[in-house]
Amino acid sequence: MKKIILPVLFGMAAMGVSAPSASAATLDDVKAKGFVQCGVSQGLPGFSNTNDAGDWTGIDVDVCRAVAAAVFGDASLVKYTPLSAKERFTALQSGEVDVLSRNTTWTMSRDTSLGLNFTGVNYYDGQGFMVRNSLGVTSALQLDGASICTNTGTTTELNVADYFRANNMDYEVVAFEKADEVVQAYDSGRCDVYTTDASGLYAQRLKLTNPGEHSVLPEIISKEPLGPVVRHGDDQWLDIVKWSLNAMINAEEMGVTSANVDDMRNGDNPGIKRLLGTEGAFGEAIGVSNDWAYNIIKQVGNYGEIFEANVGPDTELGISRGVNALWTNGGLQYAPPIR
Amino acid sequence: MAAQEPVGDGAETARVSLLYDPKVRALVAQVALILLVIWLGYSMVNNTLVNLEKQSIASGFGFLGTTAGFSIAPTLGTFIVDYAEESSYGSAFYVGLFNTLLVAFIGIILATIWGFILGVARLSNNWVIAKLSTVYIETLRNIPLLLQIFFWYFAVLRSLPNPRESVEFGANIVLNTRGLFMPRPLPEAGFGWVSIAILIGLVGTFFMRRWAHQRQESTGEQFPVFWTSVGLIVGFPILVFLVLGMPLDWQIPELRGFNFRGGMVIIPEFMSLLLALVLYTATFIAEIVRAGILAVSHGQSEAAHALGVRSGPTLRLVVIPQALRVIIPPLTSQYLNLTKNSSLAVAIAYPDLVSVFAGTVLNQTGQAVEILLITLAVYLTISIVTSVLMNWYNAKMSLVER
Repeated sequence: MKKIILPVLFGMAAMGVSAPSASAATLDDVKAKGFVQCGVSQGLPGFSNTNDAGDWTGIDVDVCRAVAAAVFGDASLVKYTPLSAKERFTALQSGEVDVLSRNTTWTMSRDTSLGLNFTGVNYYDGQGFMVRNSLGVTSALQLDGASICTNTGTTTELNVADYFRANNMDYEVVAFEKADEVVQAYDSGRCDVYTTDASGLYAQRLKLTNPGEHSVLPEIISKEPLGPVVRHGDDQWLDIVKWSLNAMINAEEMGVTSANVDDMRNGDNPGIKRLLGTEGAFGEAIGVSNDWAYNIIKQVGNYGEIFEANVGPDTELGISRGVNALWTNGGLQYAPPIR
Repeated sequence: MAAQEPVGDGAETARVSLLYDPKVRALVAQVALILLVIWLGYSMVNNTLVNLEKQSIASGFGFLGTTAGFSIAPTLGTFIVDYAEESSYGSAFYVGLFNTLLVAFIGIILATIWGFILGVARLSNNWVIAKLSTVYIETLRNIPLLLQIFFWYFAVLRSLPNPRESVEFGANIVLNTRGLFMPRPLPEAGFGWVSIAILIGLVGTFFMRRWAHQRQESTGEQFPVFWTSVGLIVGFPILVFLVLGMPLDWQIPELRGFNFRGGMVIIPEFMSLLLALVLYTATFIAEIVRAGILAVSHGQSEAAHALGVRSGPTLRLVVIPQALRVIIPPLTSQYLNLTKNSSLAVAIAYPDLVSVFAGTVLNQTGQAVEILLITLAVYLTISIVTSVLMNWYNAKMSLVER
């Protein structure tokens, strides 16, 4: 908290002249320092978490790596700043991070009044509830009078208030600043219910003493489109982040993977040629090299690959594609064409 | 300075260039400094506003009237403000403020009592008591407060039973992981007279003490002031209460569904925060009390004993009044520390000002500058008020020189 407040007050006020990197070109700053500073969570398996070797992995982390691959041609040129839900927007506003890729829900107020822009959706989520199996609860509508543990500074707090009010149910909220404390408090029995985005529930369940004794209720009570965020007022940087994500989704749709990208590059399909930079100058238009998308797919993978590797059915989280399938497969993932 | 000033009559000084006149130079330097400070302040505010505008971040205090939409755990703050999801961000601010004041106020009282006991115990002639107190003080004051808060929260929470296996203390008081549940008093018609009786008792005590003091000054006779005060403030209202036929009903907490409903609840977050703050701050107060008592020369007690004053009155009338003069100034700092440390509540979800206002509200509105300014101003005000009160008390207790 402290480390954020100081940059805000001094960054916005005292050094206001040098701080507004929003209107300055973020791309130039990033190129000058030689890496992308990326805001991630403090540890959410599958989204942004450190592995045994101490490297950051996850579907949100891969968005950062994709941006670095587009800018530098090297996906490893990323530095990560773990942020709490409360700190994240201030860190982005004050220029502490260049892009925020931290399972952040796209809402109108965040997009319009925080001086931020959302660049797309890398995971369609919705808020759910987790309870102990021993309670015998099978539906969220049976939760009248329950104690609910959650994080402060999230849309979760508002959604749960709306849901319980709409269904005329009583409840008590216990809101912690850090996700780890929410898990601990829920695990020690302070609350009957743990609520956050459904993907987060599956991820955090792994941290409980006995994950098998808890289950996620079927109700999804909100729309939580999660996506990367940049500062308002720098359209070039916005374009780079937006199209890095779109390139991964388009690549999956066209069947381009990290394994076959070199072969595909030499193929005849004009759509794939445009994507991989052998035709047209789409990279130059956003201020990076023309093989930007090739680098992303080669080093990070297409959207389907990063989903399978981080949250998919074969991982600990075991989440099926569901609404995150491509639109061609009945899901919601749909990227505008590169042409 | 005076030696460097030109010596002579007025006519001579006038001829010295203004550039070398120390008075003029001092004045110019000070005006320049003030202008610099004002310019710095202005440019900071202006820069902030311009940059917020440029990044299209909303600014201003209009958000305080907007509907909050989130819920806050039941505490005294939510009860006083009558907070619900439809309340405004402004109400959420008051909830946080009351919760901070509540934990600081109760914490200060308990830490003072516990600190005095510990301080006196460490000076005790009883070896076991003195050593126990020493070990306690040296252990707790050397462990970071945040760790202690986590310890009391998670360690205690894990050992508490779930609501269905609550510990019952009788009189409908139960303890479980959700907190300490107690019956809520519901005043009925006629209860107002009991409040009036308490008021009469307070006013009566005030005049009784003045009268007893004057009588002792003139005749030397003592009056049982303490027990009369207790009778007036506690006994009299109870008598009125009984005479009126006990116009008070109790709302009993009962287990329904997941949890106890009705009654009053003290949430575990409050209990563990208060416990940690009190146990930690009391160690510092104990050392201050010990220093204060040791600062009073032993000759003072010996003189009192020589005059035939017994040990109790010696401590109360001779040692403590003199020790207080040493104790009060550093005690004020500890009160301020306790109040400010209460903001660590954010770690264990106690809805204090920092958690609710500088946390949830900040995040929902994104207006960091305004919210942090308000929060800073609140802590500053609380601290200054505490200081003023303690300084007033210090002046009252200071040595009256005749």
